[in-house]
Amino acid sequence: MTVLPYDEMLLPDGSHRGHYRGYGDWLGRQSADRLARRRAEADSLFHRVGITFAVYGEDEGTERLIPFDVVPRILPADDWQRLEAGLRQRVRALNAFIGDVYHGQDILRAGVIPPELILCNVQYRPEMQGIDVPGGIYAHIAGIDVVRAGDGEFHVLEDNLRVPSGVSYMLENRKMMMRLFPELFARHSVAPVEHYPDVLLENLRSVAPVGVADPVVALLTPGAHNSAYFEHAFLAQQMGVELVEGQDLFVRDDAVYMRTTSGPRRVDVIYRRMDDDFIDPLAFRPDSMLGVPGLLSVYRAGRVTIANAIGTGIADDKSIYPYVPEMIRFYLDEQPLLANVPTFILRRPDDLAYTLAHLAELVVKEVHGAGGYGMLIGPAASREELAAFRERILANPEGYIAQPTLALSTCPTFVEAGLAPRHIDLRPYVLSGREITIVPGGLTRVALRAGSLVVNSSQGGGTKDTWVLER
Amino acid sequence: MLSRTADHLYWMSRQIERSESLARMLDAHYRHSLLPHTPDVVARDWRATLSSLDVLDPYLERHGEVRPQSAFHFLAFDRDHDGSIVSCLRQARENARAVRGTITSEMWETLNATWLDIRRYEPEAPDSDIGAFLEWVRYRAHLSRGVTLGTMLRDEAFRFTRIGTFLEGADATARMLLALARPGLPPADEPAGPDAYAWTLLLRSLSAFEVYRKVYRDAVTPWRVTELLVLRDDLPRSLHRCMNEVHENLRAVGNGQSAETERRAGALQSAFRYGRLEQLLAPGLDVFLAGFLEQGRDLGWRIAQDFLVPATTY
Repeated sequence: MTVLPYDEMLLPDGSHRGHYRGYGDWLGRQSADRLARRRAEADSLFHRVGITFAVYGEDEGTERLIPFDVVPRILPADDWQRLEAGLRQRVRALNAFIGDVYHGQDILRAGVIPPELILCNVQYRPEMQGIDVPGGIYAHIAGIDVVRAGDGEFHVLEDNLRVPSGVSYMLENRKMMMRLFPELFARHSVAPVEHYPDVLLENLRSVAPVGVADPVVALLTPGAHNSAYFEHAFLAQQMGVELVEGQDLFVRDDAVYMRTTSGPRRVDVIYRRMDDDFIDPLAFRPDSMLGVPGLLSVYRAGRVTIANAIGTGIADDKSIYPYVPEMIRFYLDEQPLLANVPTFILRRPDDLAYTLAHLAELVVKEVHGAGGYGMLIGPAASREELAAFRERILANPEGYIAQPTLALSTCPTFVEAGLAPRHIDLRPYVLSGREITIVPGGLTRVALRAGSLVVNSSQGGGTKDTWVLER
Repeated sequence: MLSRTADHLYWMSRQIERSESLARMLDAHYRHSLLPHTPDVVARDWRATLSSLDVLDPYLERHGEVRPQSAFHFLAFDRDHDGSIVSCLRQARENARAVRGTITSEMWETLNATWLDIRRYEPEAPDSDIGAFLEWVRYRAHLSRGVTLGTMLRDEAFRFTRIGTFLEGADATARMLLALARPGLPPADEPAGPDAYAWTLLLRSLSAFEVYRKVYRDAVTPWRVTELLVLRDDLPRSLHRCMNEVHENLRAVGNGQSAETERRAGALQSAFRYGRLEQLLAPGLDVFLAGFLEQGRDLGWRIAQDFLVPATTY
């Protein structure tokens, strides 16, 4: 990597970019000591409030903090406007695509996407074939991971359309920044994000089954041991809806009910935070203790809405990702506003040959992987790791894609040694219902280790507050 | 509200209450231990406390004989014993975490902070101090109750926390009295010979000593202490007062299948309201208290059936 990464705050000559000028002046007057004290204060508050997550593979019930960085990531208004337009376009196309896959499959017949890529995909749910969903919306909540590459242009890295998480950190980080540095908000017009739960509730109610006048929404969680449980409880509380587990729901006479202290209560919209596989043991994994037996049959009859819809995984699969720009042209007849990262599809012999020859320069990802697991970062890998990964690719080329190692943009971050640049990404949350709504900004994740490109919280990443300036 | 939510709330408040009651009992022992005693008197008192809590057998299984230090550890810090203070606070926090969307943020933060701070007091901690620990547990319970009263909407969820609190409170008061009861006899109505100090300690550990003085303006007798702790409807931790609260809150949440449970709670409350202490205690204080504890268990079981796990029966 010879290209210097794009720095969100600083120009190559070391001066502040325009939208960071006010903050930069302020930062210059802060002592490292004060910042350290503020950060310690944030840690203790997060602990006290219990804003923690569980780490897979550690002891059950182990709770950790996601490190919070006190230096905000700032986006100027015009950058955000471009990004927002691109996100709207992309999510519209993705919803159209999922609807098409489960109905006429025009895009397959037109030869834009190879049919076997869809029909043989484990994320394709034949149960959804021919089922109409309210408003034709499948991905009601989408988390689109966006990075700035070397030149500062935005690229979409991943579309998270199943159960994207992290939005509670967007909200809590803002709350924390306002508490730690109130003076900053008096000097900047930062677009608010606090209304996200209201918008989410409105969005969920807008996709209730037809004819339901005052829909009852519930948030379905796998339970207190899930890594994102804090977020489930937080969103349910902020929206004022019940937080339910599978055992709290049951199906009778083609409807879903909650078990309450005063008898059964009908549920119209389920915001589910578990994967398809677990949601109904009668339809999917029979060993799932988390789901609701019979839920799928009620859903197929159109008597309950599940958000996100069952089967959205087909559009967030990494083997489908390379085709999203084509989807935008196919369904919307528009040119994509946001670029994809160039991607090698290893089921193609040419791409495979290139990838194997350049493994040490590329990032290789499992097509069904998520959360930064099952991924090779060529430049950071040892010779043994490269050899081992090569074997895995050769054994199953269809299971992988490869991308050039991007020089992700950096943002100054307060680490042990003081302020230092660290790589970041951005996950804005796109809500689709009667209309598309995006709360300005999103969750900025930061790779805290020097040089690291992995921002996932499960792999030692942290978060920052994200500011979209209104002017 | 969800049955499961009601279940978590009910147990959350019971466990907070239980941690406080345990702290109060242990505090009585702790103070008692500061007086000169023969070892067999000390062992007898611990034995009475352990059996009044129904944990003598599990204790003996683990420790063989009754010794003050291991008994104290068993009831305060033993993480493998569900009935220890530490375990109660852990379970209260787990229950709160399961319903943190239903309780207020301040309630959750209070219980979470209690759990995070407990490490400072555990025996391995450098500045561990028994007296300070027991006082801290009591004040955390005061805080939890205060936050509940001060922040929670007076809805069904609130009612279930109250039912848990007072059912547990009545249970604890009965058990503390039981530890001093002599088999088959009503309590004596004269200054109580060798046990006098134990009865005074009981009042103190229930924060009722000053109340006693105010009400009776006379020497401490077991009979009057019993009257105060059973029949007074204005003493926060008396059986009468607790049953008033249980009955009132049960009525407020009543559903189609809870009529019999309400009736039983009402009957128990009426016995305290209209009964005579002579009659209640005629078979002996221990017999009366054992009967009361049994009725409390029955209410707890019925509440679970009617509200908390009706789940499976729909």
